[in-house]
Amino acid sequence: MTAVRPEAPGSDRYQGARERSRRNTLSAASRWFFLTAAALALLVLAVLAYDTISQGAGRLNLQFFTSYPSRFADQAGLRSSLIGSGWVLALTVVMAVPIAVGTAIWIEEFAPDNWFLTVIKLNLANLAGVPSIIYGVLGLAVFVRFAGMGPSILAGSLTLALMILPMTVIAAQEAIRQVPSGIRDGALALGATRWQAVRGQILPVALPGIVTGVILAIARAAGETASLIMIGAFTFIAFDNSRITDDFTTLPIQIYNWTTRPQEAFRANAAAAIIVLMVIVLAFNLIATIVRNRFRRFR
Amino acid sequence: MRAPTEGSAALATDTAMADRLRRRRFRHPTEAVIKALLTASGFVSLAATALILLVLFEGTLTFFQDVPLADFFLQTRWQPLFEPVSFGIWELVAGTANVVLWSLVVAVPFGLGAAIYLSEYANPSVRRVLKPLLEALAGVPTVVYAYFALTFITLDVLRPLLGDNISIFNSLGASIVMAVMILPTIASISEDAMTNVPRELREGAYALGATRLEVALRIVVPAALSGIIASILLAIARVVGETMIVAVAAGSTPNLTLSPLESIQTMTGYMLQIGLGDAERGTIKYESLFAVGAMLFMLTLVFNLGAHLFVRRFQERYE
Repeated sequence: MTAVRPEAPGSDRYQGARERSRRNTLSAASRWFFLTAAALALLVLAVLAYDTISQGAGRLNLQFFTSYPSRFADQAGLRSSLIGSGWVLALTVVMAVPIAVGTAIWIEEFAPDNWFLTVIKLNLANLAGVPSIIYGVLGLAVFVRFAGMGPSILAGSLTLALMILPMTVIAAQEAIRQVPSGIRDGALALGATRWQAVRGQILPVALPGIVTGVILAIARAAGETASLIMIGAFTFIAFDNSRITDDFTTLPIQIYNWTTRPQEAFRANAAAAIIVLMVIVLAFNLIATIVRNRFRRFR
Repeated sequence: MRAPTEGSAALATDTAMADRLRRRRFRHPTEAVIKALLTASGFVSLAATALILLVLFEGTLTFFQDVPLADFFLQTRWQPLFEPVSFGIWELVAGTANVVLWSLVVAVPFGLGAAIYLSEYANPSVRRVLKPLLEALAGVPTVVYAYFALTFITLDVLRPLLGDNISIFNSLGASIVMAVMILPTIASISEDAMTNVPRELREGAYALGATRLEVALRIVVPAALSGIIASILLAIARVVGETMIVAVAAGSTPNLTLSPLESIQTMTGYMLQIGLGDAERGTIKYESLFAVGAMLFMLTLVFNLGAHLFVRRFQERYE
């Protein structure tokens, strides 16, 4: 590079060619380096899947789904945690979705564009970044203790509803914003009121996007652990939940419980429960993808 | 609007029209009700923030009636559960910093590598498959990662490799898995920033004879820097707030160290420990939850706000 000699191998031209070929080789090699970086995370995911399935598949039988937790690993099952998860998720959706969609409609279609709207939007963005355990502290102090609900299904659902609210609002906003403005303007020009335009024209078009966002939020809530442990759902439940005032436990909490047991036998239980949880979460994600791709009318 | 030259007759019609339009808003009584309902739902998110601030503030205030502010910030030992009790926050902050440090050491090179690959090297069909797969990593529940960190990474990989140099509960196992968790955040947002870099910059460099690698590292990465920084800040906020991985795999020993081999405790790990036991209301253990929570809340807020500022900067530059 620096040597400037007139004779052939060290000449400028020779050096230039070598330098170019070195740079080209480096560049060609870099492709594989960057590909490895991208693929490595997927490799970890594959190892995680393999490890879990090889550890846990043997435990997946009917008894595993129909048994209550037990201190004997081979008799313990997911019955109460599956029922608890079902209750909490259903109630969370019922409480969070109307408010989230309402908020998104209000922001996108009704709210006057002023400083207050900016505050609301900034607030939502920040709420979406608040760690889930902080929502747990909120639920513990407000719902469990102050409102006297105890560590009940209701308290758990309220906590999760607040947690998934910001991300659901943001997803619904995105969906509404993607509706072509001609549809809105057309409805308004024909004399529709704001709400008539929203209900009759905008919501039907935005619905797939909103549903996708809601399903992804449910998937997130289905795997949520820390905030529910915080409100006191880390308990031994050996009955079927039937009221929203019942104590409860959920699938991820059961996984946490089995993971932290010192006995090796519980590791298989944890792995088996993880298989069940991952199937549920992946199913939600798959449905969300299908809804998004099948029903999206405008891009 | 009509021009004023058209006379007063037209003006009168305009006023009548405006009146009719104003009245039309109440043509449907439901309209007002629905608007009120929508507005009310818009306030729920504000109420959530207000409640979080109120709860943390009130609890922290009670905590500091029993523990002097100076002890919290000037002592180094965090030993709230047995005598002699001590409430120096720094051991927990160090635990969090420890995991942030080591997870970034792993996640930043690989995350940026993945972003560069997706933005500069991959052909569209590979990209269409790879990007959603990477983002799927972000959808894995953290309790699953926690299991993986303890049982596989620590017990099956790190312990056989490092023997007794590394404790069963250690920062490294948690950090490695945490890195996998934040990798999609870094890769995805950085890739967006890199894709936003104008084509002309790249083509100018190619025209001058630059190789693909040189374009990636000397043109695209510097031009996308604010987006890359934003992605890292967001990733830090996620690591700081993540609970299950560190609670399961990193231990519960407050420890003023950045060593990846030792057992530590993060702020979130301590909070979960209190949540697991039933700390009676009014005890100092229960109140400490809010002080640590307030600290955690402020830290994540700072990193999230920082990320927002950087995101806005790269959007303003190229859109």
